[in-house]
Amino acid sequence: MNRFHVTRATGLSRFALALSVLLVVVLAAAPWWGSTATLRLIGEMMIYLALASLWNLLAGYTGLVSVGQQAYVGFGGYMLFTIALYLGWNPLVAIPLAGLAAALVSIPVAKLVFRLNGAYFAIGTWVVAEVFRLGFAQMSSLGGGSGSSLPVAIMRDMASSKAMRESLIYWAALALGAGSVAFVYLLLRSRIGLALTAIRDNETASSSLGIAIPRIKLAVYVCVAAATAMVGALIFLQKLRIAPDAAFSVNDWTVLVIFMVVIGGIGTIEGPIIGTILFFVLREFLADLGSVYLMILGALAIAVMMLSPQGIWGLIAGRRGLSLFPVGYRVETRGEKP
Amino acid sequence: MEWINIIVQGILVGGLYALFATGLSLIFGVMRLVNIAHGDLIIAAAYLAYTVIQLTGLHPLASLVVVLPLSALFGYGLQLAVLNRTLDKGILPPLLVTFGLSIIIQNFLLETFSADSRRLNAGAIEISSFSLMPGLDIGYVPLLTFACAVAVVWGLQYLFYHSPMGRSFRAVSDDPEVSQLMGLNNRTVYAAAMALSMVVVAIAGVLLAIRSNFDPFMGPGRLIFGFEAVIIGGLGNLWGTLAGGVILGVAQAVGAQIDPGWQLLAGHIVFLLILAVRPQGLFPKGVA
Repeated sequence: MNRFHVTRATGLSRFALALSVLLVVVLAAAPWWGSTATLRLIGEMMIYLALASLWNLLAGYTGLVSVGQQAYVGFGGYMLFTIALYLGWNPLVAIPLAGLAAALVSIPVAKLVFRLNGAYFAIGTWVVAEVFRLGFAQMSSLGGGSGSSLPVAIMRDMASSKAMRESLIYWAALALGAGSVAFVYLLLRSRIGLALTAIRDNETASSSLGIAIPRIKLAVYVCVAAATAMVGALIFLQKLRIAPDAAFSVNDWTVLVIFMVVIGGIGTIEGPIIGTILFFVLREFLADLGSVYLMILGALAIAVMMLSPQGIWGLIAGRRGLSLFPVGYRVETRGEKP
Repeated sequence: MEWINIIVQGILVGGLYALFATGLSLIFGVMRLVNIAHGDLIIAAAYLAYTVIQLTGLHPLASLVVVLPLSALFGYGLQLAVLNRTLDKGILPPLLVTFGLSIIIQNFLLETFSADSRRLNAGAIEISSFSLMPGLDIGYVPLLTFACAVAVVWGLQYLFYHSPMGRSFRAVSDDPEVSQLMGLNNRTVYAAAMALSMVVVAIAGVLLAIRSNFDPFMGPGRLIFGFEAVIIGGLGNLWGTLAGGVILGVAQAVGAQIDPGWQLLAGHIVFLLILAVRPQGLFPKGVA
């Protein structure tokens, strides 16, 4: 009889999946059990979870280490303001449209920055983000360097009561946070995921086996740009105000995100989740330290990269090969040993 | 006449950008490491000079006597203790470690020196200039900066091709495994390259600090200028990098003349244009 069988799921992963679904349901009900402050905190965590998962897909799985994702966060925010202010459409409708616009913009951007190899790609993406920042600062119709605000009337259009508006924004954040993790998970289980793994393991070999590397990298870059812009649109819908320096802040939208992913575990689905939770826990205790807090995060990220490049999740999963969200296959034996 | 003046001033600023770039380019050439903290190290060198001057009362240029060896020593130690361990493990570790370093340096400078911007006072030389022709005045500091850039590029070029140290740099760059078989210790060669890069960083930092104000968060901007100069000029060509710095400087000067908001934007756009039209840079490495 066949003593071996190939499987993806394990008992642990089925449990994790069930728990995740349950958690999302509980979180979706938060407007009924949580205070406004709780909603804000969970919403912010979801926003960072989304940014971290997306950056991880880009850097950890596709090898595109971008230091310029703030370009799409800010772009998404500005698109939301443009659509809401000049077309007068519902801001919630503007979120997916901002994603679409970013997808279109990211194609020519990718054509340019993909010409830079490896580490120079990182700085190239940073230059693009600077161009976006300086460019939007020149647009006087959007407030130029000092930025602009969303009028109350537009927010009233979205929902008449304050509680309802807060709930809607919260649900959007939850959808983007959980949705990003699910997107990365499902993408990696698909044929594209298989191709990405092959590229990561050996670019030359995978290319000779017929994987269209540039096309796959472009597809991932564009998807991540679109999703990042949707997150950006939501961020500034919540803030109600946008200005170039805040919209394209490398510290807020990229540095912190990179630290979360690196500390949690780059190149794993679990890493960004752990990194985000750890970041918010640390912030509770250390945020008063201000710049020292950032130094601690930086030192932690360096230590992780040097000692355990797979991050905290790598330490937990280790050689046991644990996986809460398995994307590979494993061979299991059943029955008596031969 | 006005435009000639703008272009000449742009060329002279370009020398400073070339100084930002050569240290970056040197490290990349020898060990394929892109140092994200490069700009922050330039600013840290400026603060080191500031501290030395506060303590001793030396002239900024004389402070280099202290700043240069300290910077070189720091680079040597940094490479041995941290960066060597990140090489040969793919592109992520060196990139993310230097990225973390960049954030640590910025916040350390902020903690130590506050967010106030500083300047090194170089006395009379700072504002003195000579007139080349009516309407075209050349400041001594910009001229000195440009002369330093030319000297640094020439010196590095000479060192690379006419000294045992340069030979070891080229050897580890061409084939790290074979060079090790030939008796080189790659780790110390890398450390020497980083020390040399830090010497250029220190020169750039002090000249920057004499020319303009500096604050703890200026590093990333300098990194980007240096990077743009490297790519415009073409990877692996130091004279090309100098040309790249000059092109960037002129683009910014012309942009600023059109509209102050366009100074940085014009530089970035020229960089992106060159990337689009000629991704290998204007003067890619040919026959040395």
